[in-house]
Amino acid sequence: MAPGSRYCSITSTSAPNQLVPRGQVDKPEFYELAPPANPIRGAWPRPAPDVLNYSYRDYGNRVGFWRMLETFDRCSVRGSVSLNVAVCQHHPEVIEACAARGWEFYSHGTYNTRYLFEMSEAQERALIQDSIDTIKQHTGQKLDGWLAPALTYTERTLDLIGEMGLTYCCDLFHDDQPCPVKTRSGRLASIPYSLEMNDAIAFSVNALSPHAYADIIKRQFDRLYEEGAESGTVMCIPLHPYLIGQPYRIAVFEEALAYITRHDKVWLATGREIAQHFLTHDFDSFVRASETVGESP
Amino acid sequence: MSVPLDYLEYAKRRYGMDHERYPWSMLPRRNKVSWPGGARIALMVVPALEWFPLDMKGKPFKPPGAMVTPYPDLRHYTLRDYGNRVGIFRVMKALDRFGIRASVAVNAAVAARHPSLIASCVERGWEVMANGLDMEHLHYAGLPAAEEQRLVEETLAILRRVSGQKIRGWLSPARSESSATLDLIRAAGIDYVCDWVNDDMPYAMQTASGTLHAMPLPNDIDDHTLLIQSRHSEDQYTRQICDQFDVLHAEAAREGGRILALSLHPWVIGQPYRIGALERALTHVMNRGDVWPATASEILDAFTAQ
Repeated sequence: MAPGSRYCSITSTSAPNQLVPRGQVDKPEFYELAPPANPIRGAWPRPAPDVLNYSYRDYGNRVGFWRMLETFDRCSVRGSVSLNVAVCQHHPEVIEACAARGWEFYSHGTYNTRYLFEMSEAQERALIQDSIDTIKQHTGQKLDGWLAPALTYTERTLDLIGEMGLTYCCDLFHDDQPCPVKTRSGRLASIPYSLEMNDAIAFSVNALSPHAYADIIKRQFDRLYEEGAESGTVMCIPLHPYLIGQPYRIAVFEEALAYITRHDKVWLATGREIAQHFLTHDFDSFVRASETVGESP
Repeated sequence: MSVPLDYLEYAKRRYGMDHERYPWSMLPRRNKVSWPGGARIALMVVPALEWFPLDMKGKPFKPPGAMVTPYPDLRHYTLRDYGNRVGIFRVMKALDRFGIRASVAVNAAVAARHPSLIASCVERGWEVMANGLDMEHLHYAGLPAAEEQRLVEETLAILRRVSGQKIRGWLSPARSESSATLDLIRAAGIDYVCDWVNDDMPYAMQTASGTLHAMPLPNDIDDHTLLIQSRHSEDQYTRQICDQFDVLHAEAAREGGRILALSLHPWVIGQPYRIGALERALTHVMNRGDVWPATASEILDAFTAQ
């Protein structure tokens, strides 16, 4: 699969107009202490049991999530939960707290320690069906969105989710606006999910201080807000409760979030709402516009 | 290569955790804790006295602070040694100023080599906790059980002899454990462990030899994490400690007592240009008036008495 062949070649200057949406993602995750081995990727940096890294993730569900929830409430923001669906069984209280606030649940696989790499089509279908069934059973919601567990894929992942009735994915990082995704069947939209804004990248990879993170969030927002006057943009802030829910980070982050929500031309939306809007109003015109540009090489 | 057929079987997909060490518990849904004198925050300071052997192999992985260059790595060996010769005394002076008694995590090899350093800690009323034998002897799954048991016993025997204290606390070198470490340290008389970073408060853990407690000691705001690994400035270090305190302090007013636990490495924070960053953070914390500076055992005992 050529990297570019999944999506339309379309640049922001040729994009039709749309609204100014914004999404917010949070990720209650479950990392297993002793997961089975995937042939491609090991689960933990240290030999099992990796107490330090396992307990760091566990902090998110025990402590960080609840602190983050208060911040979201104070800013009147609903999350789009990128969910390791086994959290429904392990920590149903987390699911209830999100559901009570009208948050959306979409799939981030079963566990963040079970990877799609090297799966057969039947295995991958079974894993996607597990997400569809588990989210329906525990939240009553139809599964619409996908972000592959730990960003692991096969060549057919996006075809399968389109075919199985999902309406959007967050796995492509190529744009600031929603885009059509070419799949074997179905109508699948790509919803922007910024790795640049992802707290795991900001803190664990780029080692930013909380204040530096708040600063790049505001800068990102300011530019997207300004550009959104011409054609709507999406700002997505992917958050991990074990990282952003640390005491020394949460208050600083809340200032940045409150800065965003103080602006009036912001649509505080979930991933599903953005996808529905795009699929209803813009999907077809984006596909037509891309035909005038041509394929990616 | 293909994924085995049982890769999508989940034997431990159930309510709570995927192991038996502790039950699932949400911080805001627990009973409120109160500290002596109505303090909102218990302050626990944990400097580590470490020995990195000059010929260390770093098996099964290099712990933070390990030797870097080919043997003999005088450069990193002596910089670590700086912490035990110079840096720790700067930390002592800073803590003395605020009447803070530390809970010092000691490699037994440091106690064996520098008993007078341990005496300086003990005479200040500091609590000595075990930090393993030295930074070369990690606890990990590949270690035969008998060997790990011998390591635990030797470590505690040295620390008990040199400090004259009971030694109730344990911090594994590099926070690395085998599946048996908690069972072994509990059997050897340890009451609390600081390796796990999943909570802001103490909680009970089950072992084959009875219950011990996990004590919070965040790796995130550790001086080595912020100043060496993340390369943050000294001012950013101070700011993050103050931010940590402010959030916990505000939370404590609504949800009951919290703990500010600071993990320090004298070879890092004890540098002349850095020690002020710690002092400024402590000034911010101690000026609030409703902070209880205590040792880890004192905090644990106050917690378990409720």
